[in-house]
Amino acid sequence: MVLLLIAVALLVASGIAALLAQAVPRWCTRCGAGGAMVACTLGLVPSVRVLLGGSVESLHRAWAVPYGAFFVEADALSAVFLLPIFALSGLAAVYGAEYSRGQRRLGTSWFFFNLLVGSMVMVVLARNAVLFLMAWEVMALASFFLVTLDDEQASVRQAGWTYLIAMHLGTAFVLALFILLGRPAGSLDFDRFASSSTSAGLLFLLAVIGFGTKAGFVPLHVWLPEAHPAAPSHVSAVMSGVMIKTGIYGLLRVLAVLTASAAPPVWWGWLLVAIGVTSGVYGIVFALAQRDLKRLLAYSSVENIGIITLGIGIGVLGMSTGRATLSALGFAGALLHVWNHAAFKGLLFLGAGSVAHATGTRDVEELGGLLTRMPWTGVTFLIGALAICGLPPLNGFVSELLLYLAALDGATVPAAAAAVPALGVIAALALIGGLAAAAFTKAFGTVFLGEPRSGAVAHAHESGPAMRVALIVLATACGLIGMLSPLIVPCVGSAIAALSHDSSASVHAEMATAVGTLRTSALVGGGFLALVGLVVLARRRLLSARSVEAAGTWDCGYAQPTARMQYTAASFAQPLTTLFGGLLRTQRDVDAPRGWFPRAASFATTTPDVCGQHAYTPLFAAIGRGLGALRWLQHGEVHLYVLYIALTLLVLLVWRLG
Amino acid sequence: MWTDTLLVFLALSSLLLLGSSRLTRCIRIVAFQGVVLGALTLAVHRDGLSVRPLLLAVAIVGIKGVAFPWVLSRVLRAGEVRREVEPFISYNVSLVVGALTLGLSFWWSARLPLPMPPVSSLIVPIAFFTTLAGLFVIVSRRKALTQVLGYLVLENGIYAIGIGLVAETPMVVELGVLLDVFVAVFVMGIAIFHINREFDHIDADRLAVLRDWSA
Amino acid sequence: MAVVSFLPPLLALAGAPLLLGVINRTKAVVAGRIGQPLLQVYFDLAKLLRKGAVYSRTTTWIFRAAPCVGLAAMLSAATLVPLGGGAAPVAFAGDLVLFAYLLGVSRVFTVLAALDTGSSFEGMGASREVTFSALAEPALLLALAALARQTGSLSLSAMYARIGVGWTTAAPAFALLAGALLLVFLTENSRIPIDDPTTHLELTMIHEVMVLDHGGPDLACILYGSALKLWLLGALLVGILVPIRSGSAGLDVAAAVGGLLTLAMLIGLIESSMARLRLTRVPQFLVGAGVMSAVALLLTLR
Repeated sequence: MVLLLIAVALLVASGIAALLAQAVPRWCTRCGAGGAMVACTLGLVPSVRVLLGGSVESLHRAWAVPYGAFFVEADALSAVFLLPIFALSGLAAVYGAEYSRGQRRLGTSWFFFNLLVGSMVMVVLARNAVLFLMAWEVMALASFFLVTLDDEQASVRQAGWTYLIAMHLGTAFVLALFILLGRPAGSLDFDRFASSSTSAGLLFLLAVIGFGTKAGFVPLHVWLPEAHPAAPSHVSAVMSGVMIKTGIYGLLRVLAVLTASAAPPVWWGWLLVAIGVTSGVYGIVFALAQRDLKRLLAYSSVENIGIITLGIGIGVLGMSTGRATLSALGFAGALLHVWNHAAFKGLLFLGAGSVAHATGTRDVEELGGLLTRMPWTGVTFLIGALAICGLPPLNGFVSELLLYLAALDGATVPAAAAAVPALGVIAALALIGGLAAAAFTKAFGTVFLGEPRSGAVAHAHESGPAMRVALIVLATACGLIGMLSPLIVPCVGSAIAALSHDSSASVHAEMATAVGTLRTSALVGGGFLALVGLVVLARRRLLSARSVEAAGTWDCGYAQPTARMQYTAASFAQPLTTLFGGLLRTQRDVDAPRGWFPRAASFATTTPDVCGQHAYTPLFAAIGRGLGALRWLQHGEVHLYVLYIALTLLVLLVWRLG
Repeated sequence: MWTDTLLVFLALSSLLLLGSSRLTRCIRIVAFQGVVLGALTLAVHRDGLSVRPLLLAVAIVGIKGVAFPWVLSRVLRAGEVRREVEPFISYNVSLVVGALTLGLSFWWSARLPLPMPPVSSLIVPIAFFTTLAGLFVIVSRRKALTQVLGYLVLENGIYAIGIGLVAETPMVVELGVLLDVFVAVFVMGIAIFHINREFDHIDADRLAVLRDWSA
Repeated sequence: MAVVSFLPPLLALAGAPLLLGVINRTKAVVAGRIGQPLLQVYFDLAKLLRKGAVYSRTTTWIFRAAPCVGLAAMLSAATLVPLGGGAAPVAFAGDLVLFAYLLGVSRVFTVLAALDTGSSFEGMGASREVTFSALAEPALLLALAALARQTGSLSLSAMYARIGVGWTTAAPAFALLAGALLLVFLTENSRIPIDDPTTHLELTMIHEVMVLDHGGPDLACILYGSALKLWLLGALLVGILVPIRSGSAGLDVAAAVGGLLTLAMLIGLIESSMARLRLTRVPQFLVGAGVMSAVALLLTLR
């Protein structure tokens, strides 16, 4: 515990040091990035220790704040989330040291970055609602300032504004939740929270909405595709990889409290599965329609949060129906996907940052053929893309396999209450997997393969060593988690035990079959890699004695093929976007060719977020119009303002004294 | 006896302020109030003259009676504004409202639960009335300078309640309050000067164009 | 693991090209021609392996690696699929998911190799391929999940060993399952009515156009890989349709192989008698397959 608090203090201190050293960029980066790296390495040690050892370390100090206490605790569930926070933030700091070279306001950006990491750690450690909410708020504000670092552009300012409002609306629900939870015992410490059976449903809904806004459940996700592209890439990686997971953490923590005394009602599991299916399909369909690489990745984060929620939903269903295997597998899949998503989404965002840094654009329709110019970025991005599609033997496959196992186990249950959602989960996971393959082959293929579609690629160059190191470490992590999954998955056993209120030993027993599955599939994965090697060797042997020539791509006899004749990203996704057109509601701007000898024509499509466009914007406009009726109060006359104050005082005096 | 006389002077000067139409006369009235308050500080200390109340009285007379009026006169001269008060509520109505407020203050003070018996029975109502008169001046007078004067009268009323109810306030608190008022008046003076330079007037109601949105 | 259990993958390796030969011969016979020899595909593979290669200047190492990865994925998947009631070499709870995703690996790399050429033809094929496979995945997994629920086990080998139980208890569900799996089979192997393996019109190809720029040993890997895919998915289908579990391993395997050959003839007949669907109709076709799987599943729920 002391080490963890020292890590947080070191983060804050190095942030302040970076802020003070703003005038000297080299020292600024050294303080900020170096402090973050050291603090994250320092923090990993106790996190791993708590996770493996299962011991709980806590610290409780009284505080002058009413109802507040400096109560921090590191148990298995916190450690599960601490690990990706420290690991990804440290790597993002290494990446950011080189990525943000030459940018202005370096001190401010490192200050807020370190503050963001420190506040995330405190959110996961806090066990008192006041401390939790303070850390939550600092997290929201620090990330807001990071998102709006580039505030000369109006789109960035708009994104920051949307983000801030969404965060505070969610926090309002969390505040209400904590107050209701703390009322029976009169204390806001987590271990004194209690829920009555009548209010448990309301508390669950408050938690889903409040923490779901942070996590990015559909339809509360509208801030995600705006804020993540606007932020610098290492910040986007941290936000997408770990910050939205703090919402999942909050939901899990509240679930643990609400289910401590009684099994959860079945509708909770159904709701979570429904949210998971909706978010998963919605996220990946919208990702298919994007041409901004980082916006595509942001929508994909919505999809993966949906997958995590599917796992949590299955786990809760397991608790409702009393099937321990179901709950163990469901929670295991969800928690492992938290780790996996941090790894491969962090990798993808950092890779996208390298591409944007090298070419100056995030628009995939202007890129192409970057694999030859940026080999390391390309390979690591490919590994990230394969991992996010859930292909064996990488880590994405492992967490999806666990979810499939849970769903299949649920599907074999005689009772329909658990079987129907389990089947929905299987269908949804299969569909999501197929669509994810489409989206990420589109992303990787359009950006890295083929011919360059514009001049932006001409001066692209591979990123420097610091950026490459972060990418390579994350890619290796994807591979290692995939191959070593039978060793890694049991580590989350104590966290699952805390969630499902079982003992750690029984959870391990439930998961024994699944671990066996993982072991065998890891062996098959290893065999697959060995076979790839064999076939490659055989091919090389065959071709060594033969002629190998180079020619142009077959062009069906066109006289002058150009790079513009390649399939564009929009064309690649067109069959699917047309199929899901009712959901996407793409807006087309067509200036069709007219006449016998047409002049210039144009065609453009945009796909704004459906929830934002058709739900939130009209709602807020209506609220604005309604409140506009009160505008007459804001006339700007100083005298009348003072008169309002004086009148209120007089009325109060008469009322009290009369 | 002295206390009551001084308090009556305070009330009368507030009423006069409500009825004055010339800015220079308003400034002089407020200066007079400052002197009255200095004397009141001395009169309230029943157990003889000691160093502390004497110093405090001198400070109050110096700042409220001399320094502030001097600063405000300079602003008035430099601004070349019209020396008329320009009220929203006419002088006659102001006087009537002032009298009503005085009566209301006496009614309130009778019902106010006080922690300890005041030095004189007049001090709470009259000090209250002075505060309300200050507020009234702020609300009903157009020029920014009169708003500063109203603020000073408000402060005078609050100070009077203070010395009436609390026997021994720490020196630091008194001086701190004086310093606050000092800084406030300086800032307001500078602000008025700049407003006048920018807009060629110091009409606070025409500054409503600065509000956030316009219909 | 006994020698017997290595039989399914060995038979697959040896016999996969024969299935293609049977399909082609059937189509020729129906069209009134003599047609290719049954072993023609073997000769084609040998010919391709003897050739050199020509690579497009636009392509990168992904283009060269994709056929190898695809073949390796098929070989790995071959270890998971049982034949004729016997167990596959590798069997564990949940191996049906691994099987489906290994097919996915092969597909993703083929798509990437197609995009690597920077040609609009390959891009067209790749785009259609990802669309149709995204819609076919739920149908395949739901069908296998229905099978798992009915036979009460999560491993392909165990499921297919107890297939007779399923037919006696839920025949309508199994019939629907078989129908859905047939549709998925036709989609994944790019057969009519989804795709025409003999057309060479760029606007109508899906699978053929993705491998347009491959040649020599690479094309041999791709051809052999698609033959293996045909065998493996066919084995899954035949395992349901020919539930002969007589207790003698040799008889069961022979029956399964016979079933596969019959399936190949059936495919040939389908290809000779139907035209390809319009591309815009294919999603409906696939959603129909998914609905059949879902209905089969719902039937097993009761």
